Amino acid sequence: MAEIRTQRQNKPLALVLPYIGKRTISLVGNLGAMVIFFSLAFFNIFRKKQFIEIVKQVYYIGARSSLIVMLVGLFTGMVMGLQLFYTLVKFGSVGALGSAVSLSLIRELGPVLTAIMITARAGSGITAEIGIMRISEQIDALYSMRIDPVRYLISPRVAASIISFPLLTSFFDLIGILGGYITGVLLLGTNGGTYFYRVQSSINMVDVRGGFIKALVFAVIVSCICCFQGYFCHMRNDGYGARAVGLATVSAVVISCVMILIADYVVTSFIM
Amino acid sequence: MENVPLIEFRNISKQFNDKIVLNKINASIYENQITTIIGKSGTGKSVFLKHIIGLLKPDEGDIFFQGKSVGKMNKAERKAYMGNISYLFQNNALLDSMTVFDNVAFPLRQTTDLNKKDIEKMVLKRIEDLELTEAIKKYPSELSGGMQKRVALARALVTDPKIVLFDEPTTGQDPIRKNMILSMITHYRKKFGFTAVMISHDIPDIFFISDRIIILWEGTVGFEGRYEEAVRLKLPIIDEFLRSLEGFQDELTGLLSREAFRMHYAGMLGGAATTTAVSAAVFSVRLNLLDAALGHQVSLEILKLLGEFTNRQFNPVGGFSARHSRDQILTIFPHTKPDEARELVAAFAKKLQQGALGVIENMTRPKTGVGECFDIYIHAGFTGVYPDDEIEQIIKRSEEKQEIIATYRCDSGGSM
Repeated sequence: MAEIRTQRQNKPLALVLPYIGKRTISLVGNLGAMVIFFSLAFFNIFRKKQFIEIVKQVYYIGARSSLIVMLVGLFTGMVMGLQLFYTLVKFGSVGALGSAVSLSLIRELGPVLTAIMITARAGSGITAEIGIMRISEQIDALYSMRIDPVRYLISPRVAASIISFPLLTSFFDLIGILGGYITGVLLLGTNGGTYFYRVQSSINMVDVRGGFIKALVFAVIVSCICCFQGYFCHMRNDGYGARAVGLATVSAVVISCVMILIADYVVTSFIM
Repeated sequence: MENVPLIEFRNISKQFNDKIVLNKINASIYENQITTIIGKSGTGKSVFLKHIIGLLKPDEGDIFFQGKSVGKMNKAERKAYMGNISYLFQNNALLDSMTVFDNVAFPLRQTTDLNKKDIEKMVLKRIEDLELTEAIKKYPSELSGGMQKRVALARALVTDPKIVLFDEPTTGQDPIRKNMILSMITHYRKKFGFTAVMISHDIPDIFFISDRIIILWEGTVGFEGRYEEAVRLKLPIIDEFLRSLEGFQDELTGLLSREAFRMHYAGMLGGAATTTAVSAAVFSVRLNLLDAALGHQVSLEILKLLGEFTNRQFNPVGGFSARHSRDQILTIFPHTKPDEARELVAAFAKKLQQGALGVIENMTRPKTGVGECFDIYIHAGFTGVYPDDEIEQIIKRSEEKQEIIATYRCDSGGSM
């Protein structure tokens, strides 16, 4: 044993490789578990007694996030209008403001920022709620009552995310374009007719479809990660009880945000 | 009755990290009985129950339900098996975002196709049975620990299960409520005919209602059988454990605990008292009849009252008393002949009438309607005590000669 330790001290790689290996195995294991978890949740969406639960979750994830999403959309559009106006002025192409704002929002900023906002507002709530249910044995109680916890808790949230994300993204896009109009036209004096003409003429169905595909992908990622983190918070090695719920919530938000950006790149590269 | 176990543990082992919680456990649970699991903290009592409901899977061994391996059941069989079981969690595990009504209705809404009206009817019945009507619209966080426990009990019983697992159902309750819950469990078990498996430390009451006990000891089954057998066997570790649980006083009545009573009795026999006359009397009320007529709480209050009066009357003359079944009190009168004991009890009956009448009327008034009436009979049996008598023999002889010593009749203005 002592000999092995000496050998390891002499070779840093011997220390690093097992660590990397362990982390990789854990990552692959978690990914596999998450895929199974999501599949079970997805197929359970279509079972009976789900409609009311899905409506409740659409209200919680969708309706109650709409105000914050629209607020962020408005100011994002206004900032875009401001920044692009001064950039385009340098090239004498202020007329293209409508195109620039709308395309940036619909293709990129709308889906990404909406997903991040929902993660912050609803995703963290989902993780905390499910996590507390786990540590207070409410999930065990569901199981003991012959109620599949994945069907009752996870499926409605996944379904509600799939419904809400594209809707909220479209709200974000719409309000963002209005935000661009406020700064570009009302404050900085660009022609309003030109602005909307450019918006209408430059946006194709491909752009809208791409934005919605991203929203759907983000919905799956966010709902899956947030529910998974809450559901299995009792299996964390770095904390127990309330601390585990807190850590799970932090992990859910951080991992979701990172995965949104990674998925954004991957989906964009496929769509373009 | 005990030939084919309803649920059987065969060589069940369970380990968490390095800690072996259950070590090749063999235990049986029989139909229509109340089986109580007792043991020190951390001996795997909850783990035992969670194996029955499938929340935990054994590392080794198998659980058999009506002779069929649960591990080898197909999906439909397993669903049917699970449908027979309800679980009352130690911390209640109520859904804290739902009201009391919704919590109780939840299993019916999710697992049955009953219409809204039928569900409402069933839920309201259970809520009424468990005296939760005023809390119906409240959330669990707005309720006391005791009320939360009753909500959990209502939820566990609303589906009329065949097996109900109770994980410390009386924790955090006052003595009356503890006994009420235990009375309710006994009552519902008889009414609905379910099999109860319970973790509890409420001694002696738990022994009065249990058909069998399983004592878990350091990962194994230390004893399995009737309580009387456990006491008779006098296995040193088990005996010490039971004594430590029981204490010196019966929480409900304030009388001696059974163990303390035995010690008093043994001390008396060992002393000079054996050369003089010793008498005994057994007092009893028909608690089951009172439960049905007046409800669990009032009947337990009457039992408590009887205990308090017994203590007050007989302690000054050297008598000592303990409950030996749910509704039966045995009093030993040292230095007293049976005739003298009879006189003492007659005086006791008179005082009981004078002192208890008003209290009983106050307690029963809210429970009885206009024109409704009920009788309370207090029985007593007398016997002499002989040097070699076991307590069970004294009780048996006294029971044979029981007579009514006091009667409360509300139709005649409460005369006793």
